[in-house]
Amino acid sequence: MSRSRSDLPLLWTLRALAALAGAITLLIVAFLILEAWPALQAPGLSHFLTDASWFPASSTPQFNLIPMVAGTLAATLGAMLLATPLGIAAALFSRFYAPPTIASWFRRLLELLAGIPSVVYGFWGLVVLTPLIRQWAPPGQSLLAAILILSLMILPTIALLSETALRSIPRAYLQGAAALGLSRWATITGVALPAAHCGIMSSILLAAGRAIGETMAVLMVAGNIVKVPDSLFAPVRTLTANIALELGYALDGHRAALFVSGLILLALIVLLVSMSDWIVRADPTAAPAASTQARELRHG
Amino acid sequence: MADRIATVFMWGVALLISAVFAWIVGDLLLQGLPHLSWGFLSTAPTDAGRAGGILPILVSTLLILIVCMVVAIPLGLGTAVLLSEFSRRNPLFGRLVRYSLDVLAGVPSIVFGLFGNAFFSLYLGMGFSILSGGLTLACMVLPLLIRSSETALRAVPDDYRRAAAALGLPVFTTLWRILLPAATPGLIAGLVLGIGRALAETAALLFTSGYVDRMPGSLLDSGRSLSIHIYDLAMNVPGGESNAYASAVVLIMLLLIINALTFRAADRWLHQRITAV
Amino acid sequence: MCRARIRLNALCAFLLLMVACSGEPQQSADAGAPSEKLTGQLTGQLTLTGSSTVAPLIGEIAKRFEQTHPGTRVDVQTGGSSRGVADARRGTADIGMVSRALNADEGDLTAYPIALDGVAMILHRDNPLPALSEEQIVAIYTGQVTNWREIGGADAPITVVNKAEGRSTLELFLGYFKLRNEDIKPSIIIGDNQQGIRTVAADPNAIGYVSIGTATYEASRGTAIKALSMRGVEASLENVRNGSFPLSRPLHLVTLGAAEQASALARSFIEYAASAEVSDLTEAQYFVPLTQ
Repeated sequence: MSRSRSDLPLLWTLRALAALAGAITLLIVAFLILEAWPALQAPGLSHFLTDASWFPASSTPQFNLIPMVAGTLAATLGAMLLATPLGIAAALFSRFYAPPTIASWFRRLLELLAGIPSVVYGFWGLVVLTPLIRQWAPPGQSLLAAILILSLMILPTIALLSETALRSIPRAYLQGAAALGLSRWATITGVALPAAHCGIMSSILLAAGRAIGETMAVLMVAGNIVKVPDSLFAPVRTLTANIALELGYALDGHRAALFVSGLILLALIVLLVSMSDWIVRADPTAAPAASTQARELRHG
Repeated sequence: MADRIATVFMWGVALLISAVFAWIVGDLLLQGLPHLSWGFLSTAPTDAGRAGGILPILVSTLLILIVCMVVAIPLGLGTAVLLSEFSRRNPLFGRLVRYSLDVLAGVPSIVFGLFGNAFFSLYLGMGFSILSGGLTLACMVLPLLIRSSETALRAVPDDYRRAAAALGLPVFTTLWRILLPAATPGLIAGLVLGIGRALAETAALLFTSGYVDRMPGSLLDSGRSLSIHIYDLAMNVPGGESNAYASAVVLIMLLLIINALTFRAADRWLHQRITAV
Repeated sequence: MCRARIRLNALCAFLLLMVACSGEPQQSADAGAPSEKLTGQLTGQLTLTGSSTVAPLIGEIAKRFEQTHPGTRVDVQTGGSSRGVADARRGTADIGMVSRALNADEGDLTAYPIALDGVAMILHRDNPLPALSEEQIVAIYTGQVTNWREIGGADAPITVVNKAEGRSTLELFLGYFKLRNEDIKPSIIIGDNQQGIRTVAADPNAIGYVSIGTATYEASRGTAIKALSMRGVEASLENVRNGSFPLSRPLHLVTLGAAEQASALARSFIEYAASAEVSDLTEAQYFVPLTQ
């Protein structure tokens, strides 16, 4: 009885903290809409989808954002395709394959990779990577370069968080697998990956968010041409690069149009999150609600 | 057979990652180390950053990081505990918060910069300051911290919870003495990721903590972070690249030191919690 | 323990609150603070925002100004010329930095030139073409010529490097060649000067344009670029100084309203920034000072 009373302040403190954390998103969305409002009124949303091109500062302004949306999607998708298997493999390596010392060094290395500033990645991409691609197919600053740099940047996120998820598998599962005489690979595919499914999934999501949102590095290697890419070697401009390139130089209608870019970016992310929410809930092996209920702290 | 192939693949991936890493960092060290000296760390920049050192920039960076973590850690840990341990009481609230955090995780850093500029700098009147930069970063690393802390807490075996419940321990004691210590490695991984992200951030700081490369006198002064310094030297100052490289090396070393300190502090904390029970 | 946690939270909340309260008066104080004491000594704080081209120069000038005028603080923030204009209008900044002449709709501001800069066309150093005529440059940028062979160079596709929308350099370039941004067929769009230099230096088939001081400085350091002559006038700071180089622009500081409406501190800083006392700093940042 006394227990539940003493727990209440704690619970409410936690709730307040969580509400505060959740409210930040609302604040940001509200603010974006506020700033984008003039552009949604004056040229109207349809202009952002149907205009011929993107010349927001011209005397006859055009506001087509479709090429940027395509660029963002292509770069993100490419980077996910590349970084997800590599990231999960890196996590498996550090959890199941590497001897403990190597595993800890490898983790340290991944943490460092996660901390290298995007400017440095962009710099390296611009000076080393794009000239290599250029020899193959000019101009070098391209979708491919963006994909490669993005993969490099989100790989540590996937690897480190997946590793945490793998580490959290109850030891009994692995012992059970060992008792059954399963091979290492069978243990991984049959036991470890399904058990850590949820954590790995959320790490991929987080990485996807990071890939969509990455700005500086992409700006430096992607070429920034406003055109729907027709090949891996075509330069692209992403929504974030669009904002970063022009925001410091934009006034009035142009500025509001850039906030529409921000809103579309946010819409993409909401879509992504809803999709994954749906995937996770539709999948019975990963139903978080059931496992949460089993795990809830008993209190009160 | 599949086992053999998988083993080769895993080692191959690890080698590939290490090789790319060695390539990037080797490049940085090769170009940056010759310009690195005690004088570089202990003097102020001159000639727009081409000459001189980075002392005020190091101080600003650390202050921004401290502000960010002081706000983000309690907020993040509290939310993670709520989500992982208490969300059954109010599943809708938990889902809403989680959903909103997933969206927050995807908000591009440049948008955080715009938001921070409008909200902290202008609306709350903090101006271009280390405080508004740190708070903006706190918003940015929050989802990362919460996500990793939640994963780590969920990973604690349920036996611990049942045992604590059987002993009749108050919830707070269960959390503080058992769950959090047990989850420490995961919590630290998240913290280190968050610190890395915060240290590496450029776009969110350009419009909040600002560009002034002078020694900050208080948290309300504008202060240039290391990553902004690197960006400015690399993109805006002709002849700035050698100092940009050197600054990048310093940033990476700083990260290494902070990681090591975090791990050590966490180990000690873990030790105390368990032995004190 | 529990209390310790709560205390920490309370502390954070308090910190936030304190800052929220204390920030406001301080800012308003900043705006009105610059005051001339009886001795004529200046105190107070100035905030400058705007053009990323001008910001490093003003940052250096600000440091020297603070040294010669103890008690003053000059904060320099970067962004872009338009931001300089917007912030000066809004009062967020006391002075805006603008790397172009003011537009017709910016008559509410007063502009003070502090230095000159030029824009040079650059090619990769290994490009065999010694010079390009203005017609050729226009043809390249509008996509009528897409291979160097067509104008006497090697058989290779031209990488046309253009600047992003809103850059003053772009406006100067477009104005000079009487082009519209819509007519340009770029292969790569870049943001800042150094990105342009790196892009061209890494691509033997590229053509771009950057600030002239940057270009000559980089070329002298052995970066693989070369600056092209325009109308037979060599691209050099010397020719910007004597006015013979056609593609040049003034760098400005701007304040809201007429000159008298600016604070004493702002006026004094602007005067200082345009004076001969700082011409060594201006030259060190590869611009042309107005007074020798």
